[in-house]
Amino acid sequence: MTRYIVVRLLDAIPTILLVLTLVFVAMRILPGDPAVAALGDFATPEQREAFREQMGLNAPLWQQYLSFIGSSLTLDFGQSMINGRDVLGLIAYNLPYTIELTIAAVLLGVLMGVPFGVWAATNANRAPDSAMRGFSLIGYAVPDFYLGALLLIVFSLNLGWFPINGGGEGFLDRMHHVFLPALTLAFIKAAFLGRLTRTALLEVLGRDYIRTARAKGAREPRVIYRHGLRNALLPLTTGLGLTTLTALSGSVAIELVFNRPGLGKLLISAIAERDYAVIQGGIVVFALFVVAINLAMDLVYVLVDPRIRVS
Amino acid sequence: MTASTDPVLPPLASQPSAFTTLRRVIFDRPATIFALAIVVLFILVAALAPLIAPYDPLAQSILDVNKPPSAAHPVGTDQFGRDVLSRLIYGSRNSLIFGFVSPVLAAIFGTTLGVVAGYFGGIVDRIISRIIDLLLAFPELLLAILIAAVLGGGFWNVVAVLTVAFTPGFARVARASTLAVKQEPYIEAAVAVGLRTPMIILRHVVPNIAAPIVVLTTLWIASAIRLEASLSFLGIGTQPPNPSWGNIIRDGLNNLFGSPWPIIGAGALITLVVLAFNLLGDAVRDALDPEASK
Repeated sequence: MTRYIVVRLLDAIPTILLVLTLVFVAMRILPGDPAVAALGDFATPEQREAFREQMGLNAPLWQQYLSFIGSSLTLDFGQSMINGRDVLGLIAYNLPYTIELTIAAVLLGVLMGVPFGVWAATNANRAPDSAMRGFSLIGYAVPDFYLGALLLIVFSLNLGWFPINGGGEGFLDRMHHVFLPALTLAFIKAAFLGRLTRTALLEVLGRDYIRTARAKGAREPRVIYRHGLRNALLPLTTGLGLTTLTALSGSVAIELVFNRPGLGKLLISAIAERDYAVIQGGIVVFALFVVAINLAMDLVYVLVDPRIRVS
Repeated sequence: MTASTDPVLPPLASQPSAFTTLRRVIFDRPATIFALAIVVLFILVAALAPLIAPYDPLAQSILDVNKPPSAAHPVGTDQFGRDVLSRLIYGSRNSLIFGFVSPVLAAIFGTTLGVVAGYFGGIVDRIISRIIDLLLAFPELLLAILIAAVLGGGFWNVVAVLTVAFTPGFARVARASTLAVKQEPYIEAAVAVGLRTPMIILRHVVPNIAAPIVVLTTLWIASAIRLEASLSFLGIGTQPPNPSWGNIIRDGLNNLFGSPWPIIGAGALITLVVLAFNLLGDAVRDALDPEASK
């Protein structure tokens, strides 16, 4: 088991380097001059030159590459070109809101999706199963930002139950602010997780050991949850990893809908303002997060599947 | 099912009835007929937009700002007094173009990469596979957002963004299928008779991995439509004033107190069209690639 964990951790190092390399290549093959892209067409040649100097764009490419990798690994992204604030500081301020939203969305999604999936699987080809199918068809089709806008219109604007914007101060206020955005993402995640639970559980429920458990006289809930769901956990873990990743990517649009602070909101405003340093920092942090979530899921497999521990 | 497990014949060649199967799959399910009707209607509306749109989608009218639905404006008007229905009709063109162009382009690039990696193996395969695995770790939407952050909005940039976001998925499927096909006796025979490698790939490999690629292409039409809407909503896709279902919702959100109708209309259309393409994609998959549909 230790070996598996060490191998996975070591494997993340070339992955991170490759991610950073791809970001570097993408930022440098930008069609046109980054100084023009960042400052607009009306900047004076002096301003452009100052920008190139500040961003280190005059150095040879290999030097730029090394300093990019170095500053990314030390999370030193320089200053925002719009307000001169430290990019790392901006990210550190916004990141907790995105993490909070992602975790709340995944938790709500699991709480809604898994029981729904179990209900559908234990009533296969009957009404609950059809409800699950309808729910997942809609969940796969409805854009998260549209669902968010509808919830915002109904529950914040018309009923006034939830705030219209912001991230909130203090624990309770923050939970109040995060609820609707998280519910939006959770609805869509639940459609995916519910369908996954249904499929995984149906396959397991056909196995011999389930029949054995029933023959021994185990009560039905025990059969479903102890024997059935426990063995369906592996595909569910994969699903959970995907859910976390898509919740993270969905948070970008949701932060915009609910006008709440967050990494996505920061990145999108930076793109609108052509704030090159913030864009670069935001992309790197998002990419590192994806690598970290994948790594975390690899490690969760060890807990879920004892076979990995042995090999 | 029985045909594709035949040990001698390649999967597609042993199913001359793929089209028949497709027809059966489509017309046996009411949901698929409904989906097909929506898709046909969507394509017609997009193609005939100038003929059926009641107003110019860009024409502003100060007197008709934020009107609720009425006989003159069935979906109301927006904050500039533009007719929302006309904007939705013209917006369908965007969705149609992006929905078809980027999956097809990604299929071409991805299949090329995957076939090259799978057929030649070795260091080429290792490099391509490593990059594919890495890109596949990113959800398509996030990958698209990150690339769009670098490229910016505009028509060709969005095409490029969506194509890059979809390419790794095609490459993985093409690579896996190529690895399987490469083991087949007919490839060995082609090598033995001295056929040149490009000919083997084009004549013997590509046709035999076509089914999963076609399935993937149809399944991703829906994703492409949704992704374009998402990017346009975020302001890094189709740029205003050109109407796209995504940027209509974006405009609507800035005008929440004015009128909710643009949001409601555009979102309902995205949902309906994506739902229809999803159902249709499932049907195509069940017909062409029965093993994947389990």
